[in-house]
Amino acid sequence: MSDSKGSVRLYVKGVVLGYKRGLRNQYVSTSLIKVEGVQDQNAAQFYLGKRIAYIYKAHTEKKGTKFRVIWGRVMRAHGSSGVVRAKFRRNLPPQAIGGPVRVMLYPSQI
Amino acid sequence: MAPAKKAAKKGARAKGEAREARFYPAYDVVAKKGAPHAQKPAKLRASLQPGAVLILLAGRFRGKRVVLLKALDSGLLLVSGPFAVNGVPIKRVNPAYVIATSTKVDMAGVKVDAKLNDAYFKRAPAPKAKKDAEGDFFAADAAAPAPELSDERKKDQATLDAALVKAVDKTPMLKAYLGALFTLTKGMKPHEMIF
Repeated sequence: MSDSKGSVRLYVKGVVLGYKRGLRNQYVSTSLIKVEGVQDQNAAQFYLGKRIAYIYKAHTEKKGTKFRVIWGRVMRAHGSSGVVRAKFRRNLPPQAIGGPVRVMLYPSQI
Repeated sequence: MAPAKKAAKKGARAKGEAREARFYPAYDVVAKKGAPHAQKPAKLRASLQPGAVLILLAGRFRGKRVVLLKALDSGLLLVSGPFAVNGVPIKRVNPAYVIATSTKVDMAGVKVDAKLNDAYFKRAPAPKAKKDAEGDFFAADAAAPAPELSDERKKDQATLDAALVKAVDKTPMLKAYLGALFTLTKGMKPHEMIF
């Protein structure tokens, strides 16, 4: 319903921390995402496989909107502090670092 | 020459046995794969039992709570709002886009008609657009009227809703619960929540 669109949030907020990396190299095909409220590896298990949307605004309108989206999925936990690794259909651009993503609640396992 | 002839006799065919082909086929022969196996009914997670109240996660009705009527052979779920309570009609949903809650509606008095299956929801093929004139071509693109809900669907909805609402009314506050939208608010952690 159009009236509920704005008022219903069915995703968890996340932040792009950067890319998977070593000391000298970074692997831009995997992004690291901090999911709000997830403080340890066990809590991160809930989000494995969940879809992620990186939504950004562009100057030119396409399909009637200036907003665009890059979809991705949570692949696995990264370390023990609740950060997750995610892969996107197209690698996230560097300007996404520090930016918000939406971690959706689907595919649901509950 | 005589010993060679004897060797040939060793592999002689029994009477009536087919002769071995003398040449390979010029083209590769595609082996038949046999009959396609029948589709097994999809396995669903244990929480998805008829009568369970679900939260829809995506699509037009996202955030709505609905009642699970039954699982269909295709693996989709048949749900109803009920329409009279929250505006969600009888429809099919993908179980991946659904959260099952621990709330249950007693389905003892609700009979789900067997005709509500996957075929029931199949859409009629779109009428073919005329392709003669360019003007017509564009006109066809613009004016595609929305398919109207058939009276049969409306009637099926009404009969099912009547029984379902009666079942819902048995539990206090359940009607209001089904009518309320689910949303995450600040600080809510779905990974710690029990739905």
